Amino acid sequence: MTSRQHLLPARLTATTAMMPPTGTILPMTTAFTSSHGRRTRKPFLAQLADHAEPYLYSAPALILIITVMLVPLVLGMSYAFRDIQLLNPFSGGFVGLDHFRTLSQDKAFSGALKNTLWWTGASVVLQFTFGLILALLLDKPFRGRGMVQALVFLPWAVPSFLAGLNWAWLFNPVIGPLPHWLFALGLIDQPGNLLSDPHHAMWGPIIANVWWGIPFFAITLLAALQSIPRDLYEAASIDGANWMQRFLSITLPFLAPTIAITVLLRTVWVSNFADLIVVMTGGGPADRTQIVASYIFTQAFKALDFGYASAIALVLLVLLIAYSMLIILPRQTLLNKG
Amino acid sequence: MRRSILPVFAHRLAILCYIVFALFPLFWLLKVSLTPNDLLYSEGVRMWPSRTTFEHYAFVLQHSAFPVFFKNSVIVSGSTAIAVTIIASLSGYALSRFTFRTKYWIVGLMLLTQMFPLVMLVAPIFKILTPLGLTNSLTGLVVVYTAFNVPFATFLMQSFFDGIPKDLEKAAMIDGATRFIAFRQIILPLTLPGIAATLGFVFTAAWSELLFALMLINGNNAATFPVGLLTFVSKFSVDFGQMMAAGVMALIPAALFFLLIQRYLVQGLTAGAVKG
Amino acid sequence: MASITIDNLAKSYGTYSVLQGVNLEIKDGEFIVLVGPSGCGKSTLLRMIAGLEEVTSGEIRIDASRVNERHPKDRDIAMVFQSYALYPHMSVARNMSYSMRLRKASKEKIEAAIAGAASKLGLEPYLERRPKALSGGQRQRVAMGRAIVRQPKAFLFDEPLSNLDARLREQMRAEIKKMHGDLKATSIYVTHDQIEAMTLADRIVAMHGGLVQQVGSPLELYDRPANLFVAGFIGSPGMNFFEGTRHSDGVRLADGTLLKVQLPPGADDEQGITVGIRPEHVELSAEGVGATVDLVEPTGFGIILHLSLNGVDLKVFTSDRAFLTPGQQVSVSFPTHHLHFFDAGGNRILR
Repeated sequence: MTSRQHLLPARLTATTAMMPPTGTILPMTTAFTSSHGRRTRKPFLAQLADHAEPYLYSAPALILIITVMLVPLVLGMSYAFRDIQLLNPFSGGFVGLDHFRTLSQDKAFSGALKNTLWWTGASVVLQFTFGLILALLLDKPFRGRGMVQALVFLPWAVPSFLAGLNWAWLFNPVIGPLPHWLFALGLIDQPGNLLSDPHHAMWGPIIANVWWGIPFFAITLLAALQSIPRDLYEAASIDGANWMQRFLSITLPFLAPTIAITVLLRTVWVSNFADLIVVMTGGGPADRTQIVASYIFTQAFKALDFGYASAIALVLLVLLIAYSMLIILPRQTLLNKG
Repeated sequence: MRRSILPVFAHRLAILCYIVFALFPLFWLLKVSLTPNDLLYSEGVRMWPSRTTFEHYAFVLQHSAFPVFFKNSVIVSGSTAIAVTIIASLSGYALSRFTFRTKYWIVGLMLLTQMFPLVMLVAPIFKILTPLGLTNSLTGLVVVYTAFNVPFATFLMQSFFDGIPKDLEKAAMIDGATRFIAFRQIILPLTLPGIAATLGFVFTAAWSELLFALMLINGNNAATFPVGLLTFVSKFSVDFGQMMAAGVMALIPAALFFLLIQRYLVQGLTAGAVKG
Repeated sequence: MASITIDNLAKSYGTYSVLQGVNLEIKDGEFIVLVGPSGCGKSTLLRMIAGLEEVTSGEIRIDASRVNERHPKDRDIAMVFQSYALYPHMSVARNMSYSMRLRKASKEKIEAAIAGAASKLGLEPYLERRPKALSGGQRQRVAMGRAIVRQPKAFLFDEPLSNLDARLREQMRAEIKKMHGDLKATSIYVTHDQIEAMTLADRIVAMHGGLVQQVGSPLELYDRPANLFVAGFIGSPGMNFFEGTRHSDGVRLADGTLLKVQLPPGADDEQGITVGIRPEHVELSAEGVGATVDLVEPTGFGIILHLSLNGVDLKVFTSDRAFLTPGQQVSVSFPTHHLHFFDAGGNRILR
């Protein structure tokens, strides 16, 4: 929200700041005829360089992003309407909406859509809740906070594939303790592998994802918490507000913009995040853990059907844009009214 | 004072729970990697084996391709981190210091790259890189990873540059420096924490990347650690000790980097979060 | 050292105009203070001279050569910033010598310059320290040292004392004045503090709303303010103003009092006029107009009295410790030679 707020006035200055050069070039020619002409000749080029400067600094980044991300993105969109199979040299022709027709009949895809909702919703809600609690715990100064912070944020640094493997092993009754503990607690009938139980398999990647994603929320929320002016709390305490009232009337309103933006970004990100599922279950058992992102990867990597994979990807992109709009637009109109 | 003991106790207990939850999986990884094969099943749920051994590590180092994977990953992650940091310093500086016509298009483009599913790019990038001979090559991976990480790194660096007073480079320019010299001699040295954070962040990200590595690399010669480990897992899925020893080794560089830079990373995100 | 000419200089951001047609002739070695409330354009003007802001129209000349398009680094000027802008990662000595190192001066020359500046500013013991390890006053000195070693054509100061506490500000003010006495360097100094302006300047440039209101020596501005803005801005406590109308033999104030003064002829009768008098020029005397004491503010070296005179507020500064208390009656009189008159447009009426 705040970023959007500061975009607008800055955009104004951006356009106006570009105006002076035309105004300054003209009087220069008059100076050129003066005795100091030799000195004022160069500035025209120097001025040109001055205005090219921001582009020079951002050029490498732009070139890279455009060639490695934007061009493939557009290309990928076109694949969605073509028959592109890596192993079939005769493929490549346009097939129109064929992929989308297949897609609408594809049971695996509709299952994957449902699984994506479930996977994303559960992961984000749990990551956010535990992340917020952790941030609140760490916001209080105590001895050894720096150390604790480093330790609880450590899962974030664990490579995602390793996080997936690690949790897969923990759920493995041969080598991991979890099935035995769950059995001992009476939660399951026998110490089997959760990941091969079609009804509960999705919980495996979700738990791994929560473990892995709590630090992200905790770090961003902690940062936002620490930017709240302390004297607000002091003033509220003097006014007689208890912990809960302070939390509701100061902490939450201050966190709201950060929460909104991180939850939005994270939702999109988690729904695209296939690593854990690819590593832990490969989408199984019986596609019960297949999400759209992992389905795309399976189609591209295993079936080598790039056309179909791109069609799925395009549908996912449209859904994500629709979701973002759904979140952003009402906020925008609210802001504009305010 | 007496009443305040209970909340403090609850606070510490909650933090302890978080620490246990965060570290237990890693502890288990370490434990199994140190358990001798003959105790693996008999002492399956024990917290620590009665004997420990380094034989799994020795095996992985001597009889597998992991040293090659490790080297590949170090090359890829290291080059990516350095390339991204250089490029993102420049672009982050541009976003922080200049107002120019296309700035908001650039910001928008970078935000867009953070939104769309990267899996979408798997197929087209494979198609583009194949004729260039950049599949199955570390260079190809570095180029792809660099592009993927530049947008976020740009925002990260920008938040660090924003924290440095503009008067400093103005003073330098009055002292006789061009903007680029002021950038190099005055601003960059002051952004070292930001550079460290970016280096660490990108290194870890590149170290972890799996999908593109799987897609673009086949065969052991150019495989990175994630690809190698996953191949190893599917091939020797019963050698748990060895797999976990390899896992611990994959964890070490990422975790080390993270512990070194996490303070700066939190600092950079703080600045970013304040802006929203 | 150099002279600086500002010729019809203007600056605008889009339609928003910050400076509108400023003309100024700064002589070699002169100490000029730009003073005015925040937003009056004084800092913008300074930054344009430094080359940190682009010129919208008009011309800046240093030693008669146009510098509008010249990069700050090529203008050969030094600047002291409000934030000091010391390079945090360099020692004091390296901070001061950065400009010389950029110009690839010889080692001996650099060392001599540092030593000279350090001894002038009493910085010798701190040369190897980082700015972080210095107090506010010391940082201020380093910032000045950085300007001195350059031996530039001109010194620019952008509110350099604003971040210091009152005591230190007073001390540094005197040091800057002394330094200027030694170096005789052309200096342009921006401040919103009229005391700094009065004490430091050879000439003050009073600015308001992007326009120069008056240029003159401090006492000129104090004694003969060109308009209401300058009259109100210069001097503390500020000048008292009374609304009135012009009358054949003087001015009739709003409350009906007639001030008998000679005003230049020409203007019509019954025209609106503002009369001003400085608090220090109001006399507390036995015969005069009766007023009630509202508030007493002792400052130590005098007392500021807030009076109410027929419902009009009036400030009086007196060094007489009369130990008045609120509610008391006093009588005041206004020596006519201390009165200032301003016409309806706010401009001074010459007498």
